[in-house]
Amino acid sequence: MLIASFDPLSALGGGILIGTSAVLLLWLTGRIAGISNLLGGIVGGTAGDVPWRLLFLAGLVAGVAVFQGATGLVPETRVAFPPWLLAAGGLLVGVGTSLGNGCTSGHGVCGLGRLSLRSFVAVLVFLGTGILTAIVVRHGFGVA
Amino acid sequence: MVRILVSVVAGFLFGLGLVVSGMTQPARVLGFLDPLGVWDPTLLFVLGGAVGVTVVAFRFVLRRPAPLFAERFHLPEATRIDLPLVAGAVLFGAGWGISGYCPGPGVALLASPTWETWVFLPAMLAGIALHRGVAAWRQAATRQKSPISATAPV
Repeated sequence: MLIASFDPLSALGGGILIGTSAVLLLWLTGRIAGISNLLGGIVGGTAGDVPWRLLFLAGLVAGVAVFQGATGLVPETRVAFPPWLLAAGGLLVGVGTSLGNGCTSGHGVCGLGRLSLRSFVAVLVFLGTGILTAIVVRHGFGVA
Repeated sequence: MVRILVSVVAGFLFGLGLVVSGMTQPARVLGFLDPLGVWDPTLLFVLGGAVGVTVVAFRFVLRRPAPLFAERFHLPEATRIDLPLVAGAVLFGAGWGISGYCPGPGVALLASPTWETWVFLPAMLAGIALHRGVAAWRQAATRQKSPISATAPV
């Protein structure tokens, strides 16, 4: 198996930052830092419950923007990726995370942190289907 | 007011973590999800770092009777492993494996918008709205169909 060159310290460090964010949010405000449910609460939310969600997401974007601005590093956009397929992917992510009540941050970071069996199962399932799908799309259909 | 401040700061740390760790790059995520190509272990380390923090700190946090600046913890109440959980995870995994984005990195796309931002994000939001709409409609329909059983004492 070929292993890509990667930076374990940045990966670990970034993960620690994400985990710390989740701890702060739970400890100080009692909320789970699950992005899909955060969004869901904006899409179909009760009035008083929306501002903190919007501000969390605004902070998220700001964090990314500040780093990208400071380093000049921006992700490469894919040029050969079919837009309809990306839209289909987005739709699936939206429906799936809403139906399953969580995503990588909700079930993964927070759910596993709470030792939730539901989250453990969810993570196994979405990792499994994620891997299968990626293999099919990239090697079955040659989409990159 | 404090909740607002905390939310911004926590969000900022979250976003910083996403971008520092490389999770805003679909190539890295798909590099992990696709073991047949050149495998990228980054996501494992990110999840490891994040869960390493939460699994330890949550124990202490959740021992408290309440959060520091709120009345109560808002934790998911469901405990059963049911069909919606599994089906939802299947669909989410499929979308993730196709796009290389999950909700967090999807929102992060707004930081340096490209064509992917304007395709993925609206689609994801539409998916959320679609599911929530259908779920609400089904709840209302069930209530209408059997109003007596819905209110009968057990």
